[in-house]
Amino acid sequence: MRARVLIRPKAGILDPQGEAVARALPALGFTGARNVHIGRLVELDVEDPAQLDSMCEKLLANPLIEDYEVQLLDPGA
Amino acid sequence: MRFGVLQFPGSCDEIDALHAARRVGDAELLWHGTQDLKGVAAVVVPGGFSYGDYLRAGAIARFAPVMEAVISFAREGGLVLGICNGFQVLCEAHLLPGALLPNANRRFTSRQVQLEVVQGDTDFTRACPASLSIPAKHSWGRYYADEATLDELEASGQVLLRYAPTENFNGSLRDIAGVRNAAGNVFGLMPHPEHAVDPLTGSTDGLCIFESMRLAMEGAHA
Repeated sequence: MRARVLIRPKAGILDPQGEAVARALPALGFTGARNVHIGRLVELDVEDPAQLDSMCEKLLANPLIEDYEVQLLDPGA
Repeated sequence: MRFGVLQFPGSCDEIDALHAARRVGDAELLWHGTQDLKGVAAVVVPGGFSYGDYLRAGAIARFAPVMEAVISFAREGGLVLGICNGFQVLCEAHLLPGALLPNANRRFTSRQVQLEVVQGDTDFTRACPASLSIPAKHSWGRYYADEATLDELEASGQVLLRYAPTENFNGSLRDIAGVRNAAGNVFGLMPHPEHAVDPLTGSTDGLCIFESMRLAMEGAHA
């Protein structure tokens, strides 16, 4: 089973990368882009998708500072 | 009184940590793949970029075989000092509260910092004066914990070091530069005391951290 894990800085935690990009966009003429946040994407094949939450809690994300979202990519999963 | 200094692939400050520990006692390196701490009385988790800092700083090192032994050692009351990447590893291992985030200034920063010793009566600061001047060099050094945890850390005297006014270049919450665990035997800090043990490099203020640990180890064996 193909899975995708999206990991984001928790709401309210300063995201310096996101802020830098938010400031760079208007400089290129893209006005009106706000609330830019930068996270990580992990894609993996797993035999047992039930383990994904545990993988995220223990290794893929740090729940103190990050939220994660698991997406199962195979149709009909 | 022997210190063990961990060595991960990507560590880069373990030799300085070894030299610093040898100023006050005996010390040897402990390879990341071992679970044998060789009877050392204290462990130093050094700075660097363990396992390339892939995923998050310290996230992979935390599961190294040697860390299993260090976690047991710490739970039994053994002294553990984490410096910079070592601090990140100890947070990831839940031996210390909180986490380290990217610097608020978005830059890798290497500079001398002035620190205030907030608690001078601990196993890591007993030999320290009220303020220290030691180097810091990192891009992920912004100490973070939620408000309730920060309140608790301050109330229970677990904040041992703070950046002096105007010195908090990384944006650490409440100017925290170093914290200990509730039991008092695990301590982590972002600045590098092991780089400040010889007048040649401008300061010997870092030595007091190692000297404090030596005193604690001697006390434990007295």
